[in-house]
Amino acid sequence: MALLDIEDLEVTFRTSSGQFRAVDGVSLHVDAGEVLAIVGESGSGKSVAMLAVMGLLPWTAQVSARRMAFEGRDLLGLTARERRKIIGKDIAMIFQEPTSSLNPCFTVGFQITEALRTHLGLDHRACQTRAAELLQLVGIPAPEQRLKAFPHQLSGGMNQRVMIAIAIACNPKLLIADEPTTALDVTIQAQILELLVKLQADTGMGLVLITHSMGVVAETARRVSVQYAGQKVEEQTVADLFRDPRHPYTAALLAALPERAVGRRLPSIPGVVPGQFDRPPGCLFAPRCALATPLCHTTPPPRREGALCHYPLHDGIAQGHPGRKETAA
Amino acid sequence: MFRFLLKRLALTIPTFIALMFITFVMIRLVPGDPIEVRKGERGISPERLAQLRHEMGLDQPVWKQFLDYANGLLHGDFGTSIISKAPVLHEFLTLFPATLELTLSAMIFAIVLGIPAGVIAASRRGGVYDQTLMGLALTGYSMPIFWWGLILILLMSNTLGLTPVSGRVDLIKFYYEPVTGFMLIDSLLSGQKGAFLDAVHHLILPMIVLGTVPLAVIARMTRSSMLEVLEEDYVRTARAKGLSWARVVGIHALRNALIPVVTVIGLQVGGLLAGAVLTETIFSWPGVGKWLIESINRRDYPALQGGIMLIAGIVIVVNLLVDMLYGLINPRIRHAK
Ligand SMILES: Nc1ncnc2c1ncn2[C@@H]1O[C@H](COP(=O)(O)OP(=O)(O)OP(=O)(O)O)[C@@H](O)[C@H]1O
Ligand SMILES: [Mg+2]
Repeated sequence: MALLDIEDLEVTFRTSSGQFRAVDGVSLHVDAGEVLAIVGESGSGKSVAMLAVMGLLPWTAQVSARRMAFEGRDLLGLTARERRKIIGKDIAMIFQEPTSSLNPCFTVGFQITEALRTHLGLDHRACQTRAAELLQLVGIPAPEQRLKAFPHQLSGGMNQRVMIAIAIACNPKLLIADEPTTALDVTIQAQILELLVKLQADTGMGLVLITHSMGVVAETARRVSVQYAGQKVEEQTVADLFRDPRHPYTAALLAALPERAVGRRLPSIPGVVPGQFDRPPGCLFAPRCALATPLCHTTPPPRREGALCHYPLHDGIAQGHPGRKETAA
Repeated sequence: MFRFLLKRLALTIPTFIALMFITFVMIRLVPGDPIEVRKGERGISPERLAQLRHEMGLDQPVWKQFLDYANGLLHGDFGTSIISKAPVLHEFLTLFPATLELTLSAMIFAIVLGIPAGVIAASRRGGVYDQTLMGLALTGYSMPIFWWGLILILLMSNTLGLTPVSGRVDLIKFYYEPVTGFMLIDSLLSGQKGAFLDAVHHLILPMIVLGTVPLAVIARMTRSSMLEVLEEDYVRTARAKGLSWARVVGIHALRNALIPVVTVIGLQVGGLLAGAVLTETIFSWPGVGKWLIESINRRDYPALQGGIMLIAGIVIVVNLLVDMLYGLINPRIRHAK
């Protein structure tokens, strides 16, 4: 049984200018002990989808899904109180901005022990011991002293370690890491990723790693789901995806990797992810796609060979494409 | 911290001198002087008038009077009341506990109701509670003290007969020596049955009247600060831990939201003392506010001047204390050097 199982997740925001569908029919599953990466540009609904799992979206969001289950237990039907027993304990999440994600008014120790007290009912001494142990585990030196520090006294990297310590405090079965390294500088990024992967391997928890970067995907995950404008455009194992991307968007993302770049300029995909007001009627990627045909612009694509595309790629060849047959990149 | 305090104190000295000068001149600009307002129907002979003025130093030029006064102040001498002939400082200190009791209870009233009201309004943003509470707050904020006091007296005392109209204690039924100057405490210490309840009865209306504006300000400030904080990432983190809504709002959000509220509370202290002058007059509350009004009517220059300086000093000290409290609840300030 999958740890997390989502089918056709839809999240719609009510905004002052009408409805906006930020997540549009996303399905994914994570097994115990597995690392799933979710990749996509900014605005593709990665965070919103995972916040929906956590139940942390604002009240303007409407969440629906054919199925959203954790260990076989339906998450959508839970009362707020029942869900609070699961999140923070069995499902934990860390966020992009470590420093603003920690409360400036409380010590690191307080913020770690809070989860322990709430979910495990540990007493004060046991909490302190466990909190120091957790800091040790996430690689913070002199943990006993650090427990008394406030977030503003620590660096961003240290704060992200603290966030990880909070998240793994109750030995979660699933950890969702939402771009845990984006706000950190490069050397620290590698350390934090390494830490996450190591913790995942040691504890056997499931890990969902949200990222912008195909580079991060290659280093960490086994399976990857590519999301674009709220839709999942394709999903494969990392090895297969890098070898043979099916969706032109994935191919473009891979071509944008610095190490695959030809020439001096860093390649990028022209255009931006459509937002609320410029959603195309057909394929959402069509306006930016080198292979788009009139059909792509008018008709939403079917899911073919695991990709949400009219002409999925196969070894770089667009299947059934009327005109050119070269690669998307 | 100590250096910070010294610096802040030093900064208040020019304010203090300016205040002293302006009040000194303004008091003397008001038509009539201490002798004229006492001369009565039959008047006073010009020679006697001149003699009295000379005795009080009022025939000196204003700048000379001012320097004399400032000199006295430097030696801790606030002058002597023209009416009672008692030292101004002594009179002030005798009356101040009554004012302190009134303002403190009004402030506690405002804080105890205002903060929860703001929190409830913020967590039910746009809902019925929010709109009702904020409507009430706006009404309370616009309520003139005189009018509000009279309305409450009419309703509670006249019509319903629930509370006394004036004073701090029913002198016919109870008498006890002041120990702390706080009626609530002294009445308990006296051990007389019913005395405490009587003191509460006397306090309750003036407390509400004086506390209404700060209550409204605190409620509105708490609400807006809370709304801002509830959007913060760390509130999301707190929710992601699976904490109860009460804990997320009451501990994680409120602690941060209180930082600007504390500042506002500090800023209310000046207004509160000004309001106390009116409130004490309406309710014949024997505090420094009522005493100041009487000093104005009698043109008791030293009492008036001394009273204003002392109140200004208190406001300054309270604001300093608030600044320190601010550092206490905001670790980012506490650790900044
Ligand atoms: N509370 C909200 N109200 C309205 N729209 C929202 C809200 N939160 C997110 N959105 C919209 O949903 C879309 C998806 O946002 P999301 O944060 O999930 O993107 P993302 O893939 O996580 O991007 P990033 O890489 O920048 O984090 C965006 O267009 C965003 O503007
Ligand atoms: Mg995001």
